[in-house]
Amino acid sequence: MIQIAIVSGKGGTGKTTLAGSLTFLFENHVVADCDADAPNLYLLLDLKDKESFEFSGGKKASISLDKCTKCGICKDVCRFDAVIYDGDYKIDPYACEGCSACVIACPEKAITLVKTKDGEYYRAFMDSMPVVHGRLNPGEDASGGLAAEIRKLAIKEGERLKKRVVLIDGAPGIGCPAISSITGATYIVIITEPTTSGLHDLTRIVKVIQQLKRRFGVVINKADLNTEVSERIERYCRDENFKILGRIPFDETVELAVRQGKPVIHFQDSEASKAIMTIYMKLKRILGIK
Amino acid sequence: MKITVLSGKGGTGKTTVATNLAWLLSKHLKVQLLDADVEEPDTHLFFPIHFSYEEPVEILKPVVNNSKCINCGKCVNACQFGAMISFSGGVYVFDSLCKGCGVCKMVCPTDAIKELPKAIGKIKLGDITDSLKYGMGIMNLGELSGVEVIRQLKKHIDEDAEVVIIDAPPGNSCPVVESLRGMDFAILVTEPTPFGLSDLRMALEIVKEMGIPSAIIVNRYDVGFDGIEKFSKQTDIPILCRIPFNKKIASLYSEGRLFVKDLPEWSAVFNDTLNRIMVSVK
Repeated sequence: MIQIAIVSGKGGTGKTTLAGSLTFLFENHVVADCDADAPNLYLLLDLKDKESFEFSGGKKASISLDKCTKCGICKDVCRFDAVIYDGDYKIDPYACEGCSACVIACPEKAITLVKTKDGEYYRAFMDSMPVVHGRLNPGEDASGGLAAEIRKLAIKEGERLKKRVVLIDGAPGIGCPAISSITGATYIVIITEPTTSGLHDLTRIVKVIQQLKRRFGVVINKADLNTEVSERIERYCRDENFKILGRIPFDETVELAVRQGKPVIHFQDSEASKAIMTIYMKLKRILGIK
Repeated sequence: MKITVLSGKGGTGKTTVATNLAWLLSKHLKVQLLDADVEEPDTHLFFPIHFSYEEPVEILKPVVNNSKCINCGKCVNACQFGAMISFSGGVYVFDSLCKGCGVCKMVCPTDAIKELPKAIGKIKLGDITDSLKYGMGIMNLGELSGVEVIRQLKKHIDEDAEVVIIDAPPGNSCPVVESLRGMDFAILVTEPTPFGLSDLRMALEIVKEMGIPSAIIVNRYDVGFDGIEKFSKQTDIPILCRIPFNKKIASLYSEGRLFVKDLPEWSAVFNDTLNRIMVSVK
């Protein structure tokens, strides 16, 4: 199966806009929204038969106040500032990494690790196309773990239904969730925008992708927003020998489409829609999809 | 007053709000701007900064002396992150999975584990103007989590500053929480789209659970989607201001310029914004 992941480094450069449209263009595919921190792709899709799965990414310490003698050893051993003292010793669940240092160190055996429910993920269908997406409980850790679960379930669904392509809407950034979205990808589409931040973040995500030794191409979104920065991105790609898959112009139709919760490809005469069509054709050629 | 600017969804204008607000307020207040989007820090692109200090962010990582190791497997069992495996010659550590908690060293009966600092990022501090101090955290490429970098960056919060503004990372997970811990107020930046609303809802859940008062700034404001306005009424979270959807502001951002410098009428709007925040915190 061919796995295509769309990532960006910087958030808001148009990952979901592109992924949403490609969802309607590809055939015989599965879709995975790996951005469980801020899932949006499903808002564009008319989904049915939703099934939920619980996600538990980790554990957190919990202090039993009956047994606690307030010796403070737990606070000393914790390297994550997760033990708070306000008259009683308590665990700050947001800071706790679940490492068990306090559990081991507590002379009274007053601390245990408790499994946490960190989120949910879902499998649903748009017609016969499976869509896997998830939702991290706000504030939780382990969004990389959830991204990995989403990707795995999408691949499993793809294999079960003999699909050809897995289309992945990646997580922003360059850390664990972003890496989990692209591990195993056959091809990565990086979408950037001609802003100084866009270019800066592009160079950082590229280095991460190169470390993982994955094939990739670049899409410049809102390409005519700033022609000077756009040219700098083009020059950077040319100098480094990176493939430019396409340029999507700054088109108010995109904003209009997003506001209506529709993929921009449904506005066929728009400039953005035409540009995305070209990108789609190019991707198919590169990946040998008929 | 310590304010975190966050958004859930990426690209809604956190950095635009944080940089413009910091710069404007620094005209009559002592302000510190901290960039906690350590995976992709961008605020420094908007100012000439005189950097005067740099320090590494290090965590302690275990190194196993396999001649002392008796292969008892205690460290492997104790590690909650699956970062250690034992093989016939001793124990191997997967550096990228290790969070540097020190548990393996605690449980090792033969003192075979030593810990050495490993840099996962750095902190840079400097000045933009006399009244605007600056700090940023940068996570090294290939690292998995920026939380520790944010934690260390926050140790440099300037207690003399009258306003501290933190530009948070996108998303709604751990790094965002770290950017909010101990802060007085949260500005939730959103855009008037179903995407923006969905992520705003998640961001609000976090700040509510953490007990931090908050208000909304709508960026790229335009008619056509009234979900944010309705949400504000339902939840009683006020909208502080609306930054219009226009190509001028977008293009100034793209050049790495502060729009308040070119559009001076915003001075009054952001000053009013701060006043409203001050009132709601008290």
